[in-house]
Amino acid sequence: MTQKIQLNINGFPVDVKPGTTILEAASKVNVTIPTLCYHKDLCVAGNCRVCVVEVAGQKRLSAACATPCEDGMDILTNSLKVRNSRKHIIELLLSEHNADCTKCYKNGKCELQLLASEYKIMTQDFIELLPWKDYTIDMISPSIIKDDSKCIRCQRCVRTCAELQGVNALTVAYKGDKMKISTFFEKPMNDVVCTNCGQCVNRCPTGALVEKNYVEEVWDAISDPGKHVVVQTAPAVRVGLGEDLGFDPGTRVTGKMVAALKRLGFDSVMDTDFSADLTIMEEGTELLTRLKKALKDKDPDVKLPMATSCSPGWIKYIEHMYPEYLGNLSTCKSPQQMFGALVKTYYAKARNLDPSKIVSVSIMPCTAKKFEAARSEMHDSGYRDVDYVLTTRELSIMIKQAGIDFMSLPDMEFDRLMGESTGAAVIFGVTGGVMEAALRTAYELVTGRPVPFENLNITAVRGMTGVKEASIKIENPLKEWKFLDGVELRCAIAHGLINAKTVMDAVKAGKANFHFLEVMACPGGCLGGGGQPIPTNAEIRDKRAKAIYEEDAWKPIRKSHENPEVQKIYKDFLGEPLSEVSHHLLHTKYTSRQRF
Amino acid sequence: MAESYHLLKRADFIFRNENDWEDILTKTIKRTPQDIINELISSELKGRGGAGFPTGLKWKITAEAKSAEKYVICNADEGEPGTFKDREILSRVPYKVLTAMAVCANIIGSKKGIIYLRGEYHSLKEALEKTISEFEYYCKKIKLDFTVEVFMGSGAYICGEETALFESLEGHRGEPRNKPPYPTIKGYMDKPTVINNVETLAHTFTIFKYGAKKFYDLGVQFSRGTKLFSVSGDTPKPGIYELELGMSLQDFVNEFGDGDTKAVQVGGASGFLVPRKKFQETAIGYQGKLTGISLPTGGSMMIYNSSRSMFNVLDNYLEFFREESCGQCTPCRVGCQQLLIGIKAVKRGERPAQYLDKLLKLSETMQITAKCGLGQSVANSFASIVENFREEMIY
Repeated sequence: MTQKIQLNINGFPVDVKPGTTILEAASKVNVTIPTLCYHKDLCVAGNCRVCVVEVAGQKRLSAACATPCEDGMDILTNSLKVRNSRKHIIELLLSEHNADCTKCYKNGKCELQLLASEYKIMTQDFIELLPWKDYTIDMISPSIIKDDSKCIRCQRCVRTCAELQGVNALTVAYKGDKMKISTFFEKPMNDVVCTNCGQCVNRCPTGALVEKNYVEEVWDAISDPGKHVVVQTAPAVRVGLGEDLGFDPGTRVTGKMVAALKRLGFDSVMDTDFSADLTIMEEGTELLTRLKKALKDKDPDVKLPMATSCSPGWIKYIEHMYPEYLGNLSTCKSPQQMFGALVKTYYAKARNLDPSKIVSVSIMPCTAKKFEAARSEMHDSGYRDVDYVLTTRELSIMIKQAGIDFMSLPDMEFDRLMGESTGAAVIFGVTGGVMEAALRTAYELVTGRPVPFENLNITAVRGMTGVKEASIKIENPLKEWKFLDGVELRCAIAHGLINAKTVMDAVKAGKANFHFLEVMACPGGCLGGGGQPIPTNAEIRDKRAKAIYEEDAWKPIRKSHENPEVQKIYKDFLGEPLSEVSHHLLHTKYTSRQRF
Repeated sequence: MAESYHLLKRADFIFRNENDWEDILTKTIKRTPQDIINELISSELKGRGGAGFPTGLKWKITAEAKSAEKYVICNADEGEPGTFKDREILSRVPYKVLTAMAVCANIIGSKKGIIYLRGEYHSLKEALEKTISEFEYYCKKIKLDFTVEVFMGSGAYICGEETALFESLEGHRGEPRNKPPYPTIKGYMDKPTVINNVETLAHTFTIFKYGAKKFYDLGVQFSRGTKLFSVSGDTPKPGIYELELGMSLQDFVNEFGDGDTKAVQVGGASGFLVPRKKFQETAIGYQGKLTGISLPTGGSMMIYNSSRSMFNVLDNYLEFFREESCGQCTPCRVGCQQLLIGIKAVKRGERPAQYLDKLLKLSETMQITAKCGLGQSVANSFASIVENFREEMIY
């Protein structure tokens, strides 16, 4: 039954399906209604009231985001009553907002500023409330800065933390004039259950939640002639960066990104994809070792399912929420940290550099990577393995500051030694990617044959479903893997921590029977990371995912174990996966944390 | 015109101690749901919590909603400043409320009733629960599957707003929801829910017992029946009075004032202040007004004599709202703060008197844009006081 509702918006007739909101209907007749608390990824709150519209015959205005269309409605989105009210609401928000815009990190990217500009709010008639307010800027976390003076109480962050992540680190406290977004007992973000995923940062309309930026520190390092500055770029950055620099979502800008980094003055531009391939070698071997212990040696202590450990948001989440399952995590460091440990050892040695003079920078789609790099255990090279982590957004800031005309840059190639990568590494940036990459290698390792899928595309693990399950049957394995003959290798994939919760609760309840679990903290995987360009929504994430799979398809080598630089590093430096050197540099341990 | 106004008439239904609730319950649940709903509709009983929604219609819509699970909730979060009638009902005639809840549950197809009791009324809880267990025992005896639970609020004014009350009941922060959907379709636990004020439920008992006509014959057009008024302030006889709806405020003041009444705040802090010159033209009822406003909301009547500064009165209300707004929506959260510091700034001469006009415009915006009924009414006292006592705001 496709019942239609007919209504008029600003005099234009429009047909919609039942349940359509006024906001959605308006977009069908080319009318944009301003919003602040509304976000496509989140449930409707209807609390900022900026989107109010006039419904003929009603004295009160209605919030367009929260009001379903009714047959025969006559809606005005720009009547005098609406305009005056909307202006009042913007003025009210400005009166409790720290409107020192030129000194704000979000200057030019703030949704409230944009609205104030659209409505030409030139004077502040209402009395400024901020001097009466009690606020502190929370700058203790290495990842996220929370500045309550810029908060407009839209609760997008609260909904993000609850609905998408299931973390609830951010919540509403107090009421009335004292109502604020806070944490458990108002502790700093660094001391609570916050996973540093930065999804709140991605959705905050103002500068109340932003990443801690290290742009100046990196410029200083680049300008220091005594330093050798090495940069690595994560797989998802190349499909997001363009959005901040003039390209449409879903544009692959790998070559331009490399060219821009070289122009910024980095001494060596290499690729986290290299260490993603390395991760597959280590993690794949670890998985097979665990399977062997469980299935052949019948070791009751072996922990299955084994879970991936690439996503630092996921790591911190499991440390807080399911510390009894830390043994299930792969001991592999994330690709960023593997790369960092190798830069100051393997790379330094090969290039004959003093590791103390090397500054290791990473460009990540992620805010949690900043925290990860700052973890005390991440010093296995003898130095801090990764000195500075910049988000995709921070890189775009540097590119703009340097005056680089990004759109017309010629493509360039990554530097060698740790710059070669495969299609398997590229797909680390999308949910299901690590799983797919691991299966491509593990299956071949065990059977001597490539995975039995057309063009190596394991479509069962792809897509944006919150929890995906897949299995692959191992037949005719090589002699040393005979115990796997006929074994159905079962996998689960979750992205967004709320989905990780679903899976972990199933594991806890004994209802999960899979061997391998991939979890990415952010919706869509790293391509939807908290450090990626703003805005984000399902449509944008789909486009980025498409771009990542394109990049994979275009790569001449698409299996991690075939990466020549990976083969070289095992030959020259590491020996073999899970070797002693590997253990020292590429593996780590985890910490149990409190649940608040 | 003749019907829209009458002299003050006292009544005595609510607190009349009726010992026959068991009979009334047994008899009423034997009637068809349609029959009871029709009776309620023809009585023209409207919600006594403030919004004035027709009670019979509310029950009818909920009865028609399709769901295996439904709820009857008694809103006893009596938080409006100057209102104290529900406390008396629950301590003196709680079985009337319980009977009404059971009848309602039987009609709509619910087995579960909840009384959301204001946190400050914890002293009522023990006695109320004792009455409930006696009541439930009787229900069992007549094979009526119905239980009632008392849930204590935690002291937030906003939880008297029905959807914020549901949130609170569900264990969440008390914040109003978007409407629609209305509680009759999606209420507590997203199930169809009848939520009625304590007094509304008590009136239905009167209607079950004496019939709709008896109730309808009291009051005036659009405002039928009686209503409890909580009278406080500068009065020689503060207390709770059951009066027929439709009297003029002048009559009310003649009865309850101290001879020097300057103004009456009708309907609590979220209601309107009526100055002496408008007493005659203001009727107390839902719609049957002569001119001006008349909504009694919860029935709070605060009487002020000439010794009172209207600036202080308003300052007090606004302090209350600044703190008791849930803080969720912009117009209410920030608007209340602006109104409060705005009148102080004018009083101190830091803003010109014309700033009051800007604030009046703001109060209009608050009335039409706030998310919930409370947010829409918090500016009422501001607008009516500033309009009628502007000079007291300035000098």
